[in-house]
Amino acid sequence: MRSKEPFFWITVSCGIVIMAFILLPLIEMMTAPSIAMLKETIKDKDVVRSIWLSIYTAGLAAIISFVFGTPLAYLLARTEFTGKRLIEGIIDLPIIIPHPVVGIAILSVAGRNHWIGQIFSDLGIRIMGSVTGIVVVLTFVGLPFYVNAVKNGFEGISPRLENVSRSLGASMFSTFFRITFPLAWRSMLIGIIMCSARAISEFGAVVIVAYHPMIAPVMIYERFEAYGLKYSQPVAVWLVTICLSLFLILRILTLRNKRKA
Amino acid sequence: MIKIENLNIHLNEFTLRDINLSIKENEFFILMGPTGAGKTVLLEAIAGLIPVKSGTIFIQGRDVTKLPPEKRGISIVYQDYCLFPHMTVLENIKYGLHFHKLDNTLAEKRFDQLVGVLDVSHLLKRLPANLSGGELQRVAMARALMVNPRVLLLDEPLSALDPGFRSDLRSGLKRLHNSSNITFLMVTHDFAEALSLADRAAVMNHGKIEQEGTMEGIFKRPHSTFVANFVGMKNLFAARFLGTTALIENLKFELGRSPVNSHGYIAIRPEDIVLSTEKLTSTMRNSFIGRVNAIFDQGFYYEVDVIVEDVTFKSLITKNALFEMSIHEGIDLFLSFKATAIHHF
Repeated sequence: MRSKEPFFWITVSCGIVIMAFILLPLIEMMTAPSIAMLKETIKDKDVVRSIWLSIYTAGLAAIISFVFGTPLAYLLARTEFTGKRLIEGIIDLPIIIPHPVVGIAILSVAGRNHWIGQIFSDLGIRIMGSVTGIVVVLTFVGLPFYVNAVKNGFEGISPRLENVSRSLGASMFSTFFRITFPLAWRSMLIGIIMCSARAISEFGAVVIVAYHPMIAPVMIYERFEAYGLKYSQPVAVWLVTICLSLFLILRILTLRNKRKA
Repeated sequence: MIKIENLNIHLNEFTLRDINLSIKENEFFILMGPTGAGKTVLLEAIAGLIPVKSGTIFIQGRDVTKLPPEKRGISIVYQDYCLFPHMTVLENIKYGLHFHKLDNTLAEKRFDQLVGVLDVSHLLKRLPANLSGGELQRVAMARALMVNPRVLLLDEPLSALDPGFRSDLRSGLKRLHNSSNITFLMVTHDFAEALSLADRAAVMNHGKIEQEGTMEGIFKRPHSTFVANFVGMKNLFAARFLGTTALIENLKFELGRSPVNSHGYIAIRPEDIVLSTEKLTSTMRNSFIGRVNAIFDQGFYYEVDVIVEDVTFKSLITKNALFEMSIHEGIDLFLSFKATAIHHF
């Protein structure tokens, strides 16, 4: 592309508009609260509790996705079967469905008048208004991001590497843990980041299933409703800062791995 | 050693039909054929890496069709070598030892021997990403041989290398085969490579074995037009046979023997056709006059196409001969060949 062409300038200006569109509101929000106000907010036990709840429920959702999603991602990456597109479509459903609908859908299985809900309640597991419920919702919305990222990772590993390993005497299990897993590890970490990032940002579905205990987005919403913009901003700043630093640390860890490999 | 009976495979876009093949103990067997013929699929089936629809594979008399790959004692070296990228060369070579119960001193002895023969001792601490094509190939060979397989499958091991390197590694392969008691089964689409390495070979096309036999047999007596073309018999004509002669249109060829069939093909290698500006007085029983239609530079040789009564013959001559006879398009030339140079089927 020659730089003098009008086409080039159109692409550049669109890029600048988009950058501004994303960054301006965020910078404005991040810089709005005073340092004193931020300090005061982080001393508030409710704020700390809700941010911590947000992070660990999202983390749990990522771990559950890791345990159950990894084998599925492997299956989708390695095999061709009729109905594979359908399965992939089903995995993407949580991305498409409006968030409150997700909450309602989960409640309709977990409620007392559904047999699954009945089993849960007999076992003493409560979904409505509980940490368990939050984790269920966050896993529901985060899982597609994990499965898709890891599926891409597996697809990038030549099945011939596994073939060679098998022919050298390794069973499928040994092959997976010695060859496939170490090579796909980075994509799994990316999947975990994507999944938990998506889970932390969830509001619409959680607010229906569990208003209390309060995760950070719900608290931000409540403060906004009750006290206005000024009181919701500091919580938002803390949530964004903590999440960004966590993801940054994870990213740095993966990049370091890459250099070693 | 390896015996394949009525093997059928359906795999997405690939289908192998009625494969029958038998490979002897300690043989260097080559599987030839164009890209997409199903050679790699057949290798992977022998190694147990893809499902088989029907048929049986025997190795040393034992039916292994249902055995998983790790129980077959077959190593495979792919075209792209497939070294494990997250392991050093040393870890790659010793990978198979995790799964084979092997006495330590014996393992070390074999390791030292392989590292020496394949000249990879200076690479042991490096990662595959930093190796050249030839180095990757040698490491892949060492890794495959470290587990002392009964059969070594080689999937076009030389085609990804620089042509200059190839002949070195080719003779290396031959030496390796001669000094071991391992059966080599190698895939290639390069006929010259096959000629210099193989004891016996098979030609595959469209998922079927077209011909199996000694290299000489395949080279000199192809059973089908496809094999004839594949081995470079560029002059291939449908012919009628009459007594000891063959007829293409109105051209009459002396075969010196009478074919049993009345219709078939005759094939003549381009290097067996002698070109001359004057009629040769020799023992060659087939001689025609034709017009030069085209000349193609093929590096060391020139291909000269001569038309005799609408039939185009392709002949190979050296650059020298081309200039000495001052051959150019449009001139008339004599072409002659022996009756024995004609292959019929």
